[in-house]
Amino acid sequence: MLRPFALYRPSTVGEAAEVLAREGPDAALYAGGTEVLLILKEGLLRVRSLVDVKRIPGLDEIRRDDGHLSIGATATHRALERAPAVHAHCPLVAGVARHVANIRVRTIGTVGGNLAFADPHSDLATLFLAFDGVVRLASRSGERDLPLAEFVRGPYETARRDDEILAAVRLAPWPAGTAGAYVKFGVHERPTLGVAVALMRGAGGDAVTDARLAVGCVGPRPQRLPEAEARVCGWSLADLARHAGEVAALAARDVDAVGDLHGSAEYKREMTRVFVRRILLVAGARAAGRDPHEHYPHTIIV
Amino acid sequence: MNIIPIRSSCSIRVTLNGRPVELAVRPEALLLDVLRDRLQLKGAKRSCDMQVCGACTVLLDGAPVSACTFLAVEADGREIVTVEGLGTEERLDPLQEAFIDHAAVQCGFCTAGMLLTAKALLAEDPAPTRERVVHYLRGNLCRCTGYRKIVEAILACAHAR
Repeated sequence: MLRPFALYRPSTVGEAAEVLAREGPDAALYAGGTEVLLILKEGLLRVRSLVDVKRIPGLDEIRRDDGHLSIGATATHRALERAPAVHAHCPLVAGVARHVANIRVRTIGTVGGNLAFADPHSDLATLFLAFDGVVRLASRSGERDLPLAEFVRGPYETARRDDEILAAVRLAPWPAGTAGAYVKFGVHERPTLGVAVALMRGAGGDAVTDARLAVGCVGPRPQRLPEAEARVCGWSLADLARHAGEVAALAARDVDAVGDLHGSAEYKREMTRVFVRRILLVAGARAAGRDPHEHYPHTIIV
Repeated sequence: MNIIPIRSSCSIRVTLNGRPVELAVRPEALLLDVLRDRLQLKGAKRSCDMQVCGACTVLLDGAPVSACTFLAVEADGREIVTVEGLGTEERLDPLQEAFIDHAAVQCGFCTAGMLLTAKALLAEDPAPTRERVVHYLRGNLCRCTGYRKIVEAILACAHAR
């Protein structure tokens, strides 16, 4: 049972921003409801109004924009999985979208809702960090862009103000020839760990010129691991195959692991080490033109 | 801007199991409660109440959704199918026949959700692989753990067509 609330159905971002500015913390944004209805049912959130943004035309648009992939906030996970622009520019994102939660959540749940709810046990924020994701926030006073790393502040906490709407997230597609991979592990509904990796190499060269490594779910918020990324740069694929464990050890050292129902901080640190090594080897094999079919228990590799 | 004020109802029109239904609902009414308590359709079950288990699955315009976490007002103008709309007692849906033939039912609590999820899958992909079936059913839990026969029933139904 839910407590009574009013339902606003704005048809423009401007209208939605008006309601938010007026109602303040008495209103909550609502799209798919897969997260907000749960916390309303639990009584963890009490509001007088829901502001349904999914009827705003165009807010679910997924398109190439100025060299970026722009994903509208109300695009569903299912839309993300299927959109031609995602397959063309960030195919790994489509693959991960196929494995978010379950088919019912993917049908209804939205990308913006996922990011704005900021559940630490989520795939998208981790993955989007590896694409230098930037969120676009809209309010009555205009728009502002914020790197995803600054937007997500901690568990269920973001830099979004009460009067702002998350309008879109913009991803920077990886250069041609980049080998990427994502791994998620866990026995619960939500992932216990997620790791995204990308290996960039210069034209014709074997050496890794740039790398991305993002780890999520194990700490208060997903994070990039710059020292681990830097260690890979300059390596050949043979170096990577030999020394992936060194990078994994750096990742385990630097990750901000915390204990929760999924396990202790020590456990998560160790799982980070294990899975960073595994997914680096997968990405390295892909960079070499092979597609290894690694299988680990309770693990999905995309 | 459309507004439904607090503590007031709005009228929705739904095609429910092929028949037009009109009813007044408040914004906070959950589809599962409307189906079970007002329309006496008890096929969708409340179980986990958080979109994990799939016992409350219904089809919304052919796509599976959790009725436990879905506002009834959102069904306005849409088509809802519950397990009661799948077949009749005289003429079961081929998926229901396949579940019986394969003994894919133990306690039965998950069965309605399994059937509707499978219905959506076969509409999307009439000849799914085993991997596709398992992936699509990932969010439907059988607490009796009778998954193997459920997957076999769905594959057999697909291949019989």
